Amino acid sequence: MDLSLNDASPADLDVPSRQDLAGLVVELGVEQPLQLDCGARLGPFKMAYRTYGQLNADRSNAILVCHALTGDQHPADPPHTDRAGWWERMVGSGQVLDTDRYFVICANVLGGCMGSEGPKEINPETGVPWGLDFPVITIADMVRAQTLLLDHLGIEKLFCVIGGSMGAMQALQFAVSYPERTFASVPIAGAARHSAQNIGFHEVGRQAIMADPDWCDGAYLSYGTKPRRGLAVARMAAHITYLSEEALHRKFGRRLQDRKSVTYGFDADFQVESYLRHQGSAFVDRFDANSYLYITRAMDYFDLAAEHGGLLARAFKDTPVRYCVISFTSDWLFPTPESRQIVHGLNAAAADVSFCEIETDKGHDAFLLDEPEFFAVLNGFLEGCASLKGLKV
Amino acid sequence: MTTADPARPGPGAGTGARTGTRPGAAEAPEFSGQRIHVRPDFALIGQMVEPGSRVLDVGCETGDLLDYLIAERGVVGRGIELSQAGVNESVRRGLSVVQGDADTDLQDYPSKAFDYVILSQTLQATYHPRDVLSNLARIGRRAIVSFPNFGHWRVRLKLLWDGTMPVSEALPGAWYETPNIHLCTIRDFTQLCRELDVTIERALALDDRGSDKGIADPARANLRAQHALFLLRADETPI
Repeated sequence: MDLSLNDASPADLDVPSRQDLAGLVVELGVEQPLQLDCGARLGPFKMAYRTYGQLNADRSNAILVCHALTGDQHPADPPHTDRAGWWERMVGSGQVLDTDRYFVICANVLGGCMGSEGPKEINPETGVPWGLDFPVITIADMVRAQTLLLDHLGIEKLFCVIGGSMGAMQALQFAVSYPERTFASVPIAGAARHSAQNIGFHEVGRQAIMADPDWCDGAYLSYGTKPRRGLAVARMAAHITYLSEEALHRKFGRRLQDRKSVTYGFDADFQVESYLRHQGSAFVDRFDANSYLYITRAMDYFDLAAEHGGLLARAFKDTPVRYCVISFTSDWLFPTPESRQIVHGLNAAAADVSFCEIETDKGHDAFLLDEPEFFAVLNGFLEGCASLKGLKV
Repeated sequence: MTTADPARPGPGAGTGARTGTRPGAAEAPEFSGQRIHVRPDFALIGQMVEPGSRVLDVGCETGDLLDYLIAERGVVGRGIELSQAGVNESVRRGLSVVQGDADTDLQDYPSKAFDYVILSQTLQATYHPRDVLSNLARIGRRAIVSFPNFGHWRVRLKLLWDGTMPVSEALPGAWYETPNIHLCTIRDFTQLCRELDVTIERALALDDRGSDKGIADPARANLRAQHALFLLRADETPI
């Protein structure tokens, strides 16, 4: 059953209307619930997604874009806002993910808070928001849900699955779990497993949320409140990890915020403080704190080698998927050695892989920004794939 | 005595700081409005490669040879390149290339993963040529290796008469700036192949432009070839 006002059957996916721009919501796992890694079964569940461009006649031009931790299903042209989409430079007519050529799909991840089933949605059994009753989900669960969406859209095989950061984890997991369902996979600024340092950062964020009395043991929605301060602190800490020392210095240095000298107090004297406070409070308005707990947990649990006897190469054994691994020099959250580890695993499986490190001082966030070399490399890879596959548009 | 041509890029120029400069490029005639560059050694390597086979080019620079082999021999091509600029340029061309080092990264690859592993003008720039060569023979059912021949008579004369390290088209760059840290002669190389139980299937003596000089006798080749090109195999499996 489709919940959206204007959901489209696969045959008329190419009819964009103003209502489509708000995205679509589909109910999946109706006949058979989704088996989750934690043992629970979920279904029916909602999946909010968005498509761009047109699916071609032989349904071979679909690209699945996987969003990062706090992203959504609107990489370009988001509704109800003047803000640009998080991948506005990448997705669109004439862009690298050219919507005149490719059918681009992006779904809000399972556990998210932008319309897909997650802790802020209503638990049909209780009639109140799931909160902590929502089952803990994994990256593999997110990917399972995405394949159900592809089934719904009538897409057997993707041209490419692509994503940065947590999106890279999904792009990897998708290609490993369903090698027959995609021609190519592009994990950007990612890793084959979440590092101890990154689990540590996530734990700081979660503790900040859970330490906020307004979190109410996860039931804040029932009390009509939100752990605003906790979630804002989590975001502030995380935001620092998305940048680089150099980028922070260039942007703010030690400059003071609207004052000539320090105030000998705990106001936001420095511009960087003011900036982070703004980032924190703006984030609270658009993101659900429990979702933040669930999604960071999914990333922490991600370890591709673990499910293959600890050997990453085994995950890629006999893979027909064409990989392009991309990292950024100043990314210290998912540094190049993490990507190199993926490449080593792929090499050990004699898989078809390209690996590029892009020179930039913008840190982890570089994958969201205007990096011409990054776009050029990715474009070359996709062109190569299109010609290898004989893609007709 | 041949000296370095100032117009030629020195070692490490452009891409591949530790990749030696390949023999000079010759321009092929224009076809259908598209100018393609084919160096004679590309054609010779191409002749050694069975059409449709799986090829790994180690030290592929910006992917010229891979491009050539894919276009002319229909191979499934992969590359490893040390310089990130070379890798990015290769990937921009649609080739499958990873950033990596022949000295450290070949050990990742499984045995006999490729029909041919090519190491063109790179062996002399590696830290551990012996390990690199045995890895090539392990990963590929065949290996194709080319290198500048330090046994060439001009090299020998330069050392004998001037008592200085030779600088030539095949060996550009002064001793203090050359990436070529493990130079060898054709005889040195064939001895190493024997030690590693690697069979030499074909051996070609090349000039500075990468053309075959047609010298069959190894001793004469060692004296007269500026470059050498070998087709090697470590097992008896037919391609």
